[in-house]
Amino acid sequence: MAPLLEFESVNKTYGKKAALRDIALTIEPGRIVGLLGSNGSGKSTLLRLAAGLNRPDSGKIRVLGHEPGKASKALVSFMPDRPQFEKWMTVGEALDFQRDFFADYDPDKSKRMLEFMKLSRRDKASTLSKGMQERLQLTLALSRRSSLYLLDEPIGGVDPVARDHILDALVEFYEEDSSVIVSTHLIADIERIFDEVLMIRDGSLLLQREVEQLRMESGKSVDQLFKEVYAEC
Amino acid sequence: MTIEFDNNLPIYLQIMNYIKLQIVTGKLGPGEKIPSVRDLAAELKINPNTIQRTFQELEREGVAESRRGLGRFVTSEDEKIMAIKKEMAAELLERFIGGMRELGFDNDNIVKIVAESVEEVRSEEGGSSRGTTA
Repeated sequence: MAPLLEFESVNKTYGKKAALRDIALTIEPGRIVGLLGSNGSGKSTLLRLAAGLNRPDSGKIRVLGHEPGKASKALVSFMPDRPQFEKWMTVGEALDFQRDFFADYDPDKSKRMLEFMKLSRRDKASTLSKGMQERLQLTLALSRRSSLYLLDEPIGGVDPVARDHILDALVEFYEEDSSVIVSTHLIADIERIFDEVLMIRDGSLLLQREVEQLRMESGKSVDQLFKEVYAEC
Repeated sequence: MTIEFDNNLPIYLQIMNYIKLQIVTGKLGPGEKIPSVRDLAAELKINPNTIQRTFQELEREGVAESRRGLGRFVTSEDEKIMAIKKEMAAELLERFIGGMRELGFDNDNIVKIVAESVEEVRSEEGGSSRGTTA
C-alpha cells in the first residue's frame, strides 16, 4: 500500500524567502505526528502543501499515491490556523457548509463532537470566544472521516483547561487507520499523544523520530530535546 | 486511573509499571478484565498506539493475556503475580543500594542500617510512645 503522505525533495519559496528546503518525509497510516518548529519555521507551509492548497516549486507530494488535487483533497481534512468560517455564520451553518463540500462528512460524528465541545448549532460564530472558535475549527475538521487530518496549531490560543479538552477530543475522535499531523510550538502539553515527531527549522527537516525511542535513548522529554536542537543554531 | 506522567521516560513503561502496581496491590485482581485500549487511551489522554504497545509488552511478560473476542485479562497465576511483586521489590532495592553506595556506605553498613530502621519502625508500630502510624 502507498504511504499515507509522501514528500520527495520538496521546495517552496515565497518571493525570495525559502519557506521549505528539500523536504523528504513519509507518514504511515494510524499515527499521530507532531510537527514541531518555532514561528516561521515552515510548519504551516508544509501543511498547506500537503492539503493541496499551495503548490511546491519543485519536488513531489503524494497522498495515498495521489498528486495534490481533487482526489487528494477528498482524503485530507485540513484545519487552518485561522477561522475558515464566515463571520455571519452560525455554528450550524458552518457545519452545513462543510457537509456540502465534503462527501466524507459524518453528521453523527459531528453531533458527538458538538456535544463534547459544548457548542450549540445556534451559536453565532462571530460571538464565540477565541477558545470556542478553536473548538469549532477542530469540530469542522474532525467531523469528516478522512484518511489524513492536518491540524495547524489547534492549541495555539487557548488556556490550559481548554487545551486539555482539545487533546481529549483528538484522542477520542481520531480514526485508528487514519493519521493526524498536529503542528505546534507548545510541546510539553501535547507530547504524550504523539507517536512520532518531525522537527523543522528554517524550512529544513531536522529529524523524524518515534517519541518513545527518543525518550528511551536520551532519557529526556521531546520538549527538552526540541529546546536543545533549537539552541544549536 | 490517574498517573502523573514523566515526559522524560517512555510512556509505555510508566503505564506498564502502573498496571503492575495495580495488580500487586490487588486493585486489579487475578483474572480480572483490563480496560480496552480505547477506554484507557481516553482516560489517560494517551495515544492508543502507546496503550496497544503497553498491552503487548504485558502479554509478552505473561502479566496479561488476551482472549479472542473477550478482551484482555490479568493473569490468574498466583506465582506470576508473586514474580511481579519480587521484580518490583528488586527494582526498589537496586535503586536503594545504588543510592546508599553513592553516599559511601559499604554492604555491611547498608545491611546494618536497614536492620536498625526496620527495628525502629517496628517499635513505632508497637504504639508504645509515638502513635503516629496507622
